[in-house]
Amino acid sequence: MAERERRITPPYGGAFVARSRVMDADDVRRAVTRIAHEVVERNAGLDDVVVIGLQTGGVPLAQALAAELTRIEGATVPLGTLDVAFYRDDIGLRPVMPEAVTDIPSEVSGRTVVLVDDVLFTGRTIRAALNAVCDYGRPRAVQLAVMVDRGHRELPIRPDFVGKNLPTRRDEAVDVHLDGVDLGDLVRTRP
Amino acid sequence: MTRHLLAIDDLGDDGIEEVLRLTESFVEVSERAIPKVPTLRGRTVVSLFYEESTRTRLSFEAAAKRLSADTMNFNVGASAVAKGESLRDTVLTIEAMGVDAVIVRHASAGVPVQVARWVEASVINAGDGWHEHPTQALLDCYTLRERLGSLDGRRIAIVGDVKHSRVARSDVAAFASLGADVVLVAPPTLLPPSLVGWPVEVSHDLDEVLPKVDAVVLLRMQQERQNEALVPSLREYTATYGLTRRRAGLLSDGAVVMHPGPMNRGVEIAADVADLACSVVTRQVANGVAVRMAVLFLLLAAEARP
Amino acid sequence: MTRLLVRGGTVVDETGTRRADVLIDGGAIAAVGEGLRAGDAGRVLDAGGCLVAPGLVDLHAHLRQPGHEEAETIETGARAAALGGYTAVVAMPNTEPAIDCASVVRDVLELAATAACAVHPAGAITAGRAGARLAPMAEMAALGVRLFTDDGAGVQDGRLMRRALEYGSALGATLAQHCEDDSLAAGGHLHEGEWSSRLGIPGIPAEAEELMVARDVALCRLTGAPVHFLHLSTAGSIALVRTAKAEGLAVTAEAAPHHFTLTAAAAAGYDPVYKVNPPLRTDADVAAVRAGLADGAIDAIATDHAPHPPEAKEAPFDQAPPGMLGLETALALGLTELVGGHGGAGPGLGVEALLGLLSWQPARIAGLTGEHGGPVEAGRGANLCVIDPDATWTVDPDRLASRSRNTPYAGRAMTGRVRHTLLRGELVVLDGEAQR
Repeated sequence: MAERERRITPPYGGAFVARSRVMDADDVRRAVTRIAHEVVERNAGLDDVVVIGLQTGGVPLAQALAAELTRIEGATVPLGTLDVAFYRDDIGLRPVMPEAVTDIPSEVSGRTVVLVDDVLFTGRTIRAALNAVCDYGRPRAVQLAVMVDRGHRELPIRPDFVGKNLPTRRDEAVDVHLDGVDLGDLVRTRP
Repeated sequence: MTRHLLAIDDLGDDGIEEVLRLTESFVEVSERAIPKVPTLRGRTVVSLFYEESTRTRLSFEAAAKRLSADTMNFNVGASAVAKGESLRDTVLTIEAMGVDAVIVRHASAGVPVQVARWVEASVINAGDGWHEHPTQALLDCYTLRERLGSLDGRRIAIVGDVKHSRVARSDVAAFASLGADVVLVAPPTLLPPSLVGWPVEVSHDLDEVLPKVDAVVLLRMQQERQNEALVPSLREYTATYGLTRRRAGLLSDGAVVMHPGPMNRGVEIAADVADLACSVVTRQVANGVAVRMAVLFLLLAAEARP
Repeated sequence: MTRLLVRGGTVVDETGTRRADVLIDGGAIAAVGEGLRAGDAGRVLDAGGCLVAPGLVDLHAHLRQPGHEEAETIETGARAAALGGYTAVVAMPNTEPAIDCASVVRDVLELAATAACAVHPAGAITAGRAGARLAPMAEMAALGVRLFTDDGAGVQDGRLMRRALEYGSALGATLAQHCEDDSLAAGGHLHEGEWSSRLGIPGIPAEAEELMVARDVALCRLTGAPVHFLHLSTAGSIALVRTAKAEGLAVTAEAAPHHFTLTAAAAAGYDPVYKVNPPLRTDADVAAVRAGLADGAIDAIATDHAPHPPEAKEAPFDQAPPGMLGLETALALGLTELVGGHGGAGPGLGVEALLGLLSWQPARIAGLTGEHGGPVEAGRGANLCVIDPDATWTVDPDRLASRSRNTPYAGRAMTGRVRHTLLRGELVVLDGEAQR
């Protein structure tokens, strides 16, 4: 999620210019399917599993993952969305506006929460998400699924499920959609 | 985004939308098991209330605390003000303690505007004389949207002592900005001497207005107005401009009744009307905290600091 | 006292405008004409490009002494006046105690003896300016008081005002009224209208002023005694005075610079520096004041110089005292805003007409023509000012001589500045610097 937000908010603002396609739509679809199987396997089914997508980039992936889980297991998984704007540690450094109202549809206490985001980078968004989730209750476990792990962690956070490990330079940018993943640069639109 | 919230116009049309959108997020926060977020950790918000107002002060305090800000309360009665300290000296003293926001309530119009000229901190107007009470108007807008959806093209009556009402001035600006048509209903003595530049219509006939409106905002009618020859008596006021049970029956289905509080039951609103389903008075209070969280967030957190 | 030659200037007085040097000797004008020489011991002031005029006369200044020396003293107020080109000011009696008896008049005159400008106290009409019973006008008149007023308040009681006019007429006194009907104005802090409504500040309707103007025009007709109207601010008031003059009644009127330069809109930011009484009004009222100054309905520009210390003006708008500084900016505002139609809104007053409003016309109302405001001619007292009409400057509150800083013109660009002021032949202002 970090990538998209940074694209629209100064001082990181700029237009994303793709350099190379890293995954195409089929790759993304296959990765979602694989992650779904891994989630089922890790949790020995879907009992008490809640899927929560991080606003905004994690939400379509969470939806795709939940759909895939339903297809595999034949049961619906509670699906929520979470905006971590109020939990960020860089408030005051740059404008962080919530993108949407957080919607946690079911009790999280005692359940396994699978957080879904598009890109795992520094880990700060996930740190904020962990704090946020804990304000809703005490999950039995929290797992993390991301489409791309691009490295450069600043906190001791690791993903449980990864679509693709993608080594990047710090100044590069990754753009994740259901129809593909691109590696490129943010080109400043204004100083 | 503006640094201060002194009047509704400071926000602009987009700013009002922004506050209302954020309020939705904070209503959600308020409904959580732990209705508190760490957003304003380390920030200090001080309430500077020169006029007693338990409800507004508590609402701001709750908002600041749910954002994890530290709050301080400047108790005017027990302070240097009683010893003759000037307004400016008081404000500068408070700012020297290191505060990020000052929430000002004063019986004199314009005091928050003056304070904003003297301090670096953000200033939020919590009601100044007859001038404005912008957070009340924002929560009125939010509450109306909850019930009515968009305010665009809606018709809203503001009834009563508009002349002396800071709520009315803020409501008119906010409702008009969201596209509503506003009609002021009051005897001429309780209207401002000039309505030049006010996007309103005026009526003196509440019975005629009620069937055509989507919402009615009732203003508090104060006892002393009858001593100033503004109305002959509260009894006559209630008879001509009070929302009696009979008049409530003139409202169309789905129309909303609002009151900024504290209510004078039996004067501007009949005791039983205040408790009807069309009344959203308690909803207004609940939304007040979320709206004030949104305002504090916008002024203190959303702004990139140099 | 040395001989002094003011050379190369343009003399402007009520007799007209001409190029002339002015020779001053022993406190009086010794000669006026071209090509004068100072003589051996004389000092020469170059007045090239400047106007040489009778000293200005302010009918309306609050010098605050006795009682409010934290705002102004006679010394600082007179210095400010001299810097503004004034050689005489009428000091309003709303001091503490009020100037309402001979002993306070004597105190003020004593304090004024060494001031940079002649100070003529106005006496109160009623004891303590309380509006209840007449002050001892005769004992004050015996000390030279010619103008009586309760300024700061109007005399509310019509019967009392009538008696004051009748009683004062035998003393050669002029009664000056601060026109404000308290029953309509009480509790107000800004002109009642668009801005008061928008800002939520209790208003003062124009009618509060006009009602008292109308009453006193009637009382003037009844008693035959002269009435001077202080600081008129509304179109309606000016129309009433114009009609009364056409009828031949003994009425005169003044207007303050802020009433031909500012409107209530200036209070939009709630800065009490724009709070004044009568309040700043509307564009139409400003236009009416300008028209009245141009057509003679208004006889004088009077500053209503009303100093207040900074802390007083740092109060909430409705708690701050009304009043603004005026002595150091009045002439420049007249030159900038009225002469030649500057700013597009002026009536295009001539310099001569402006100086009439600032000097010889108010001098007549105050009964000072023997000493101030008279023609620049040999034998007259040398109370003069030398004005550079083209000098440009910007108002800086911190550089004003007044003890207070409450000018509404901070940062405003002005054209026209006093270069020198001579009081009884002595240079009290030299090159824009106070000498006393």
